Amino acid sequence: MADVIDDKIKNYRTAPFDARFPNTNQTRNCFQNYLDFHRCNKALSSKGQDASPCEWYQRVYQSLCPMSWVSLSYQKHLNNRTFE
Amino acid sequence: MAHPTQLGFKDAAMPVMEELLHFHDHALMIVLLISTLVLYIITAMVSTKLTNKYILDSQEIEIVWTILPAVILVLIALPSLRILYLMDEINDPHLTIKAMGHQWYWSYEYTDYENLGFDSYMVPTQDLAPGQFRLLETDHRMVVPMESPVRVLVSAEDVLHSWAVPSLGVKMDAVPGRLNQAAFIASRPGVFYGQCSEICGANHSFMPIVVEAVPLEHFENWSSLMLEDA
Repeated sequence: MADVIDDKIKNYRTAPFDARFPNTNQTRNCFQNYLDFHRCNKALSSKGQDASPCEWYQRVYQSLCPMSWVSLSYQKHLNNRTFE
Repeated sequence: MAHPTQLGFKDAAMPVMEELLHFHDHALMIVLLISTLVLYIITAMVSTKLTNKYILDSQEIEIVWTILPAVILVLIALPSLRILYLMDEINDPHLTIKAMGHQWYWSYEYTDYENLGFDSYMVPTQDLAPGQFRLLETDHRMVVPMESPVRVLVSAEDVLHSWAVPSLGVKMDAVPGRLNQAAFIASRPGVFYGQCSEICGANHSFMPIVVEAVPLEHFENWSSLMLEDA
């Protein structure tokens, strides 16, 4: 399982089609991957496990989310712990 | 690029845009035929001295002019629906680019591998080189590899804008706080121009879009150069 994920991350080109967000509006896609990355990191590091599978979510949200959204708005919420 | 006195669409650089061109020709031909027929009938009615006071009804012609329009509408609807579904095909993009609209310029972000971002301002008329197009050229072009499916995520940082490139068959509204996805494949190398298509203030007419499709190696060289300059 871990090597499947490693392969996917190594062969990453761009965020693939996500069937949860089939329509034009991809705002939620960006937001969801950002949240999933941080949740994955939190969950795996709290168990003391290697957090490298979470890199997939990081690559996807970096591909999809505008840089200004991440650095201004999402980071602010993360720092204020207003994401739950 | 449009040529002087052009009446039709620009040459397509995207398979779906080619389909739209053909469909437009098909629908326009039907419309022209119907209009010509109606005009002929009107002039014939108006310019004759014959009268007929004894027709009460006619089942045959009524049937014909009910069935025939229905058939014509089906002939228009079938290719139209085909293209509609073709536009919604799931495609697996090779590259994601974000186009952010500002007042009054576009900024492009290529963040699949490194964080490459740059602004694209219109070249003022007095700074144009000979052969360049007025109100259409920009200082930095959005370069894409040709024959690769590209996903463009369009958004805005302040007011509504719209990212439109007719040759690629793309027009997508840029809404602040929302990420709208458009996809295209540049089937030939070239430079494709477009303009902002949603009123956004004083310089709405002066924030053009230029997409340059190049072979993959050139795209890789360009992105390395842009990253070094940034």
